Amino acid sequence: MTTFILRRLLQTLVVIVILSYVCFGLMTLMPGDPVEMMISANPKISTEDIVRLREFYGLDQPVYKRYLTWVSDITSGDLGYSRTYRIPVTEMMGPSLRATFILSVTSLVFSLLVAIPLGIACALKPNSKLDYTINLFNFAGISLPSFWLGIVLIIIFAVKLGWLPAGGYQTTGMSYPSWWNEVLDKGKYLILPVVSLSIQSIGRFSRFVRSSMLESLRNDFIRTARAKGMSARVVIWRHAFRNALIPLVTIIAISFSSIFSGALITETLFAYPGVGRLIYSSIMGNDFNVAMISFVISVSMVLIMNLVADILYGVVDPRISYK
Amino acid sequence: MNPVVDVKDLETTFFLKSGPFRAVNRISYSINQAETLGIVGESGCGKSVTSFSLMRLIDRPGKVTHGQALLNGKDLFKLSEPEIESVRGGQMAMIFQEPMTALNPVLTIGFQMNEQIEKHLKLTKKDAKDRAIEMLQLVGIPSAAERYDNYSHQLSGGMRQRAMIAMALSCNPQFLIADEPTTALDVTIQAQILELFQNLQEKLKMSVQFITHDLGVISEVSDKVLVMYAGQMCETGPTQEVLTSPRHPYTAALIESRPQMGHRIDRLKTIEGSVPAPHELPVGCPFSNRCSRVKSECWTIKPAFVNITPTRKIACFNPL
Repeated sequence: MTTFILRRLLQTLVVIVILSYVCFGLMTLMPGDPVEMMISANPKISTEDIVRLREFYGLDQPVYKRYLTWVSDITSGDLGYSRTYRIPVTEMMGPSLRATFILSVTSLVFSLLVAIPLGIACALKPNSKLDYTINLFNFAGISLPSFWLGIVLIIIFAVKLGWLPAGGYQTTGMSYPSWWNEVLDKGKYLILPVVSLSIQSIGRFSRFVRSSMLESLRNDFIRTARAKGMSARVVIWRHAFRNALIPLVTIIAISFSSIFSGALITETLFAYPGVGRLIYSSIMGNDFNVAMISFVISVSMVLIMNLVADILYGVVDPRISYK
Repeated sequence: MNPVVDVKDLETTFFLKSGPFRAVNRISYSINQAETLGIVGESGCGKSVTSFSLMRLIDRPGKVTHGQALLNGKDLFKLSEPEIESVRGGQMAMIFQEPMTALNPVLTIGFQMNEQIEKHLKLTKKDAKDRAIEMLQLVGIPSAAERYDNYSHQLSGGMRQRAMIAMALSCNPQFLIADEPTTALDVTIQAQILELFQNLQEKLKMSVQFITHDLGVISEVSDKVLVMYAGQMCETGPTQEVLTSPRHPYTAALIESRPQMGHRIDRLKTIEGSVPAPHELPVGCPFSNRCSRVKSECWTIKPAFVNITPTRKIACFNPL
C-alpha cells in the first residue's frame, strides 16, 4: 500500500513537472511580457533601458532556462510577486485557496446529499413516473450552463427577491462577535454559488447513482440478504449501496477536481475571491507568477484527486489490494 | 403428526407485457419433520419460482396469485412484511445455487453471518460471533475463526458454499430450501457438500426442499420426489420407487436421458425440443408435444393429478 502510494505520488510529480513546463511555455507565447507592459506605461523609455530590463528579468534567456530558474525559486518557497497587487503570491494564494476549497467542498457535499437519495429512489422504481420526473430534472441540470444558471439565480434571488447577496464573500465592514455569526454571514454568500455549481453535478451524480444502484440491486447477494430476513432499509443501504459505491468513488473523486476548476466561471460570476477568479484576473492582467501557481495548483488538484480515487478504491472494495 | 410445510394449490403468475405467464400452476406438496422433498425438472419448469414463492421473494411483475403455504400451520402468504422478515432466515432459510455471487463481496463472511444471527436469535455482537464461528466449524471450515474475517473472494467455491450453508443454518431453521446447492461445484466438492448436508439434516431434524435437475443427487438426498414440468406437477412419490419404476413418461424420459454406469451406448437419449414458452403451452397435457406415448385426449384435456398408489400420484392418461 505504502509503496503503491509512493509510486503514484512520484508519477504525479512527473506529470506536474511536464504540465507546468507546457503551461510555462504557453505563457511565454502570450502577447505582452512584463517589460512590454512597462514600455506601454512609459513610452519615453530608451532602447538601452529596455535591453537592460530584459536582461535583468531574465527575459532574454531561452524558455527552458527561465523555467529551471522558476522551478528552483518555487521549490525554495519563493513564489514571486503579483504584478497587479504588488504583494507576494504566497500571501494571496492562501485565502483564495481556502475560499475555493470551501466553495468546492460545500458544493460536493451538497450535490451528494441531494443526488444519492434521488438516484436511489430512481433505482428502486426504474421506469416509474418518479424515475422519469427525476431524470427530466437531471438532464435539465446537466444541460444548463452554469454561467447562465448563475445569472438567472442572481436575477431571481438577489435582484428581484433580494433574499441573498448577488456576489462577494462576506458583508463588507462586518465584524464577527462569534464564529457562529461568521458562518452565518459567509454562508449567506455561499448559497447562490454553491447551488449554481451543484446543479450540474447533482444531475450527473444521480444518474450515476441510479445506474450503479440498479446494477447492484440485480446481484444475487441482494436476494441472499433478503432471504436472511434483512429489512428493505438494510438491504438497500448496507448491501446494495455499499457495492454501488465502488464505481461511484472514482466518479466523485474525479468530479471534485472538475468542480474545483469549474468554480472558475462561478467565482468570476459571483465575484467570489477564489482561485478561479484569481486565474481569470491574473491571465487578463498578465500576472505571470500568479497564473503559473494557480495552474500548478489546479493541475495538482486533478492529479491528487485521481490518486485519492485509487486509494479509496482499495478501501471500499476489499477485492482490490495494492502490492 | 402435522407436516412442517404444507403447500396447497400454489400458483405464481408473472404479469408480462405479452400477457400473464403462469410460472407455477397449482402445486401442492407437504414435507414432514426431518424429511427431504426433492423437486426435479428441466430448466424453466418452475422449480426455483416455487421456492422463491414460499420465501415471498417474488418481485414484480411476478405475484403469488393463489394458494397457501403453511409453515407450522401459519400461512406464509398472509404474513405482513415485518412478520415474513422475521421468518426468513430464522425458521425458514434458503441456500442458493451460485456460491460465487450469493455472498456480498464487500462484507466479511463474519459480518454477513452476524447480521442474521443478531436479528433472529437476538444475541449480542460477541455471542453472535461465537455462534457464527461455531457454525463455520460445524460445516467443516478449517480455522473458522480466521475465515470469519475473510471476504468471499478469499474462499474457494466449496468453502463459499459451506459458508452459505453455515449462514442458512445459523438460526436453527425448521425448514430449509436448497436451490441447486451443488450445481455450480465440481464433482468431488459436490459429494462432500451432499454428505455434509445429510449429516446436518439428521443432526438438526430439518425439513428440506431440495431443488435440482440432477437425478443422481435426488436419489442420494431425498425421501420423496416431485417431478415438475412447465410449472405443473407430473409425478410424486417415494424417491426410490419413482426413480426405479417411473410411471409418467416425462419422469421416464428424464431418467433415460442420463448416462448409466456400466452401460456403454453410442448416443444418450434426449427429450426432443425444450420446455414450451408460456404462449406455446399445449391445451391439454403440457408435455403432450414432446411425449412419446401421447394419445388423442392428451392434446385436448389436461390430466388430473391423482393417486395411483397410496403414496404415489401422477398426471397422465397413458402411464407406463
